[in-house]
Amino acid sequence: MTAPNPAFFTALARLGDDRLVLGHRTSEWCGHAPILEEDIALANIALDLIGQANLLLQHAGAVEGAGRDQDALAFLRDAMDFRNVLLCELPRGDFAVTITRHFLHGLFSVLQWEALSRSTDDTLAGIAAKALKESKYHVRHAGEWVIRLGDGTDESRRRAQDALNLLWPYTGELFMQPADEAGLVAAGLTADVSQLEPAWRAQADGVLQRATLTPPATTWMQRGGRDGRHTEHLGHMLAEMQIVARSHPGAQW
Amino acid sequence: MSDAGERSWPLWEVFGQEGDGEAHQHMGSVHACDAEQALQFARDVYARRNEAISLWVVPSAAITASTPEDMGPFFDPANDKAYRHPQFYKVPKGVKVF
Repeated sequence: MTAPNPAFFTALARLGDDRLVLGHRTSEWCGHAPILEEDIALANIALDLIGQANLLLQHAGAVEGAGRDQDALAFLRDAMDFRNVLLCELPRGDFAVTITRHFLHGLFSVLQWEALSRSTDDTLAGIAAKALKESKYHVRHAGEWVIRLGDGTDESRRRAQDALNLLWPYTGELFMQPADEAGLVAAGLTADVSQLEPAWRAQADGVLQRATLTPPATTWMQRGGRDGRHTEHLGHMLAEMQIVARSHPGAQW
Repeated sequence: MSDAGERSWPLWEVFGQEGDGEAHQHMGSVHACDAEQALQFARDVYARRNEAISLWVVPSAAITASTPEDMGPFFDPANDKAYRHPQFYKVPKGVKVF
């Protein structure tokens, strides 16, 4: 392992925390999805995301060089130390919110993994290549649902449009390239997310049009998560996610 | 999980192929509103642990099945007609798989 690299650690935490937080939010559907088949599908997606987070945070811990493993990073950090976008930490909402969020974040993930599979860091490139296949399936699953909900009944259309209106102002943060990653992008370690927006928008519009849904006209975007400024929701989520690990430090099972 | 959804969504039979060249075998069934969704649910329910490399979904309504009453006329007569089975033929030396 090379010398500790604080900037790369933060970049890996941003990648891992997106998937950890979204994965945990998705796991909240376990036993509550509209039908058995979708319950299993959402649990699979949650496990994929947590699996990605596991690899990314393990690598982050190695890059940090401070002796923290993925469990320490997932369960022993407070909200202000998390670097996920706000989009991932919003409450799961109704089924339309959950599905629309998977669609919007999944599209971004596919583009991000494609770029990161060319990372000059072999471990990150390997994780990205594996995660790319998973994220492509997540987008297919969520995208088909977005079309069915949007172009479905009056109620499903209203809920899908409400979900899109709620989530849209949180999508801008996905493409705000953190200034502290400039050196990493120059070295080919990470990808410049601001470059991904045109492709993301074109693909999102294609599906939303088929779903007869329209993104809101707002151009003002929420931000803060990438720098540790979170909504009140993350703290509540972490309290539940971390309680067992913190109550029984060092427990083995 | 409301059963309203299960009542209103059609049932699909799932067939999966374990490896190249093998026959698709019946794996189970899923409820889904159309074929693409049935394929996705089949993948999630029956093929998430590498059980298949190819999946088919077929509307359950498209299957015509024999009934328990067919048991006698359909299947029973075979039992006492030994001449329908090929065990009277001698297998040539050197043939191991047939």
